[in-house]
Parts: sequence; C-alpha cells; structure tokens
Amino acid sequence: MPISYFLAISAIMFVVGILGVVLRRNALVMFMSLELMFNAANLIFVTYANYYQVLSGQIFVFFIMAVAAAEVAVGLALMVAIFRNKHSIDIDQMNSLKG
Amino acid sequence: MTQMSDLLTILPVFIVVIWAVLLLLIDLWIPKGRKGITALLAVLGLATALGVDLAIQGQTSFAFNQMVVLDGFSSFLQVVILASGITAIALAYDYLKRMDIEHGEYYVLLLFSIAGMMLMTQAYNLLMVFLSLELLSIPLYVLAGFARSRTESEEAALKYFMLGAFASGFVLYGSAMIFGSTGAIDFPGIVAALNNGSANLILFVIGAALLLVGFGFKVAAVPFQMWTPDVYQGAPSSITAFMSVAVKAAGFAVLLRVFLVLFPSLADKMTPVLWMIAVLTMLVGNVVALAQNNIKRLLAYSSIAHAGYILMAFVGYGNGEVATNSISSALFYLVAYGLTSFGAWALVIAIEKEYGKGLMLEDLSGLGKRYPWLGAAMLIFMLSFAGVPLTMGFWGKFYLFRTAVQAGNVSLALIGLLTSLVSAFYYLRIIVYMFMKPGDRELHIDKWVSLVLVVTALAVVALAVFPGLIFEWAAQAVMLLQ
Repeated sequence: MPISYFLAISAIMFVVGILGVVLRRNALVMFMSLELMFNAANLIFVTYANYYQVLSGQIFVFFIMAVAAAEVAVGLALMVAIFRNKHSIDIDQMNSLKG
Repeated sequence: MTQMSDLLTILPVFIVVIWAVLLLLIDLWIPKGRKGITALLAVLGLATALGVDLAIQGQTSFAFNQMVVLDGFSSFLQVVILASGITAIALAYDYLKRMDIEHGEYYVLLLFSIAGMMLMTQAYNLLMVFLSLELLSIPLYVLAGFARSRTESEEAALKYFMLGAFASGFVLYGSAMIFGSTGAIDFPGIVAALNNGSANLILFVIGAALLLVGFGFKVAAVPFQMWTPDVYQGAPSSITAFMSVAVKAAGFAVLLRVFLVLFPSLADKMTPVLWMIAVLTMLVGNVVALAQNNIKRLLAYSSIAHAGYILMAFVGYGNGEVATNSISSALFYLVAYGLTSFGAWALVIAIEKEYGKGLMLEDLSGLGKRYPWLGAAMLIFMLSFAGVPLTMGFWGKFYLFRTAVQAGNVSLALIGLLTSLVSAFYYLRIIVYMFMKPGDRELHIDKWVSLVLVVTALAVVALAVFPGLIFEWAAQAVMLLQ
C-alpha cells in the first residue's frame, strides 16, 4: 500500500482528535480524543519506521504508549476526584475560575 | 554500553531522580505533622545536585549515544531550575501547613518535576524531549490539584492536564513529522539529513510548526495562553510560584535548543511567525493584566507578558552573529524574571488567608504602612517587573531590546518599550494600594518566606549594580551550545 494512505488516515485521526478536544464537553470524551491524537502520531512513527527500515520510530511508539498510560492514570484520578466533588465531569460546569 | 562518563554527564539529574525515589520511601517513616523533615531532606538533595552542577560548569560532552548533551547552556539553566526548586520548597513549607494540605508527596513530586526540567535542558533527541516534557508535566498536574476537594484546585488541575496533554499531542505529531521527513529522531541525524538534501522539506516545515505550537503552550505564548490565568489562580500559590519560573525556564530551554540546532535553515519562514507570536504575547499579556483585580490572575498575565519579552530575544535566531547574544540575553532575562517573580509570589503566599481567599487588590490596602520593609521589597519587585533602572528587570529588558535592535527588529524593540510602559500602570497600581489606601490586614509571614523576600529583593538590587556578573556567565553558556 502506498505510504500516503497511512498519512491520510493519521491526519484524519489527528484532526478528529483536535476537534474532539475542542468541541466535546465531557471530560472523558475529551480524554479519548487526546488519545486519538497520540495514536495518530504513533501511526506516522510506525509507517515511517517501516519505510526507512529503522527501529528508532518503533521504539518511540513504545515510549509514547507507556507515557500515555501514565497520563491516563493521573487524568482518571483527577476526574474521579472532581466527580466526587461536583457529581459531574462536564467541562462547562468548571467555571469557578474567572476574571 | 553505558559507561561511567555517561552517568557523569547527567549526574545532577541522576542525583535528583534517585533522591526523589528514596524520599518517597523515607517519607513513609516520617510522622504526620513533621513533614518539615521531608522538606528539609528534599532541599538537601537539590542542594547536592546544585553543588555538582556548579562544579561541572564549563564542561561539555555527549552521552548515551548522543541522547543527552552537557554544555554551558544546560548547566546554566539547571542551576536556575535547582535554585527555583529550593526557593519553591521554602515558600511551600508554611503555606502547606496553613492550607492544611501538608503531605510528604508534595516535595517528592516537586523533585520529579525538577528532574524532568533538568533533563529537558540536556535533551539532544526528540525522544528525550518528549520524555522529559512528560516527566516535567505529569507531577505538575498532580501538584496543581494538590489541594483536592477544593473545587478551584481540582478545576485548575483538570484544565492544566487537558491543555498540557493537548500540547503533548502537538509535540508528538510534530516529532513524528520530523521523523517522517528525515528518518531520524536524534538531532545530529536530523541535521545530517537536512544538509545532504534527503529530507522532505514540506513534512519538515509542518513538523517544525507543530513543535512550535506544542512548546508555545508550555511557555504560555499567545495564542496558546488561555490555560495560564485559570491554572495560576486555582493551583496552590506555592506551586504557581514554581511554575511561573521553572516551567518557563525549561520550556524556553527546549525551544531555544530545538530552534538553534534543528531549524536554522527555516529561519526565513520562522522569523515572521515568531515575530507575530512575540508581539501578540507582549500585547495581550500586558493589556489584559490591566483589567485584573485578583493578584494571582494579574501575575499570571504578567508572566505571559514576560514570556513575550523572552520570545523577542530569539525572533532573529537564524542570524548567526546575533544568535549567541540572543541566548545570553534570554538567559539573563530568565534569571531577572525568576528572582522578581519569586519575590512577588512570596507576598501572595503571605497574604493568602484561606485557600484562594483574600487575594484581591483591595486586600493589599495599608500593607505598605504596616509592614514598611515588606512594602519596600514589593516596590523593588514591581519596579523590576516594569523594567525601571536600578533594578535587574531594567538590565534584562536592556539586553533584550539591544539584541532585537542588533537583529534589525527595531519595531519589535519599540513595541516592547511601549508595552513596558503600559505594564508600569498595573504594577504601580499594586504599590498604590499598598501605600495609599487605608487598611489593617494581618500577614502570615513565616521565617522562610521572609528569607525568600529578603534574598530576592537584595539580589534584584545588587545584581542590578553588577549586571555583568550574570551576563558574563550567561554569555559563556552560549558559546558551548552546539
């Protein structure tokens, strides 16, 4: 398959991810969109690692997955803490900070 | 194979990481209510790393297959970051007790974050840039939400987390694009691919732009600044003080290194973009700060404005003759801004009554008369922020504007000058409230907070008399940048 297919899919994933973060109001869905952005980058790394026949791109992907997992742990913990307090994780209701 | 010399290259980072892991365990045996011991131990670790860092000033080497580099630039910034870490702990000790959020993890997370920042100044590989960015950010997300069950703190943490991860997404996609264009993730490999013409330039430009967006979020440059006021306001003040100095230092470290090493060939495309970002950052930061009545938000916008001034330094980064000067003036400004900022935040910590309460401008009324030495210190900080002569802030701006003029950006220097004039208005407003309005507020000045106030105030004035001391040091840091 030509490399442009992978690039196109990855670009679509990245844009969908950005739109998800910008437009959706539920913190969990925003979070899933963030993961979509990370995985769009993963796809490019794997594609080009195969294209250039170098391993560094694939190793980068492992690191991204590990770090994303660490970030999930912190993000979900934050959401649980907020849900206990406000009984909602709607980002629009986070309006105690203004000026 | 890993060798001893490799470890020596990252010795200060190594010390901080090992110490953080140990401290996490030691903290288990420290009884509740005596967490001052953890703070003291954390400072001890940071001071050791600082000593090593001062001892290895001037050395240069690569290590771990050119994953990391040690040069004057990185060791200069590591000194700045470690010193701000120690200051942040001094500010936190009493504050955490008063806000009833004293847990040992605070200091451990701070150490991990500092380790990430230090590694960031040494990163010489896109993988290291990403990993250190995350090591820096993830503990900070937790620290921003450290006063949990207080809505503001949790909200700040979630906002910081969302936008921080969003920025990481851009950095990653940009790294992926650069890898796609050159087939390498190490800086020498990328530069080699660019030089022998095998790189795909379109992908490379897209990658560079995405990296700029990602780092723009980290240093809070307009138009990527919207998280800053909310996070700075909601997070515990001791963490905000740390963020406003150390995160900026680390963000600018990686921005400077990536641009100077990887993107000199894109200078003609990047310079107009950087010019625009610098101007917008100065304008938006200073103008919006005029309308703020909450001190934490005011200082947040002021920190955005100062990021704009630092950005001004490397608008002309592609011009080889000016490049060295622009780094040294950016480093000098970081030191001047860091000292002043810590002083101002020490005052915020002293006046904060309950969590997030008592921080409006009116709450400053009468403080200058009641605590004259505190008023004098605040006067020094505000004048230094505004860039009035006889303070360090003046020399910081002087070197920056000189660099901008040398690079042929006279318009940029003019905009900088005009926005500084605007900024004087809201900085002096704070002074007016302190000295000219009646009021009888009590302050909570812990001995460590007052030590920070005295040291920073003295340093801001003393180093203004001998600005050459720091500038010479920063100038040496420059030449070793590869």
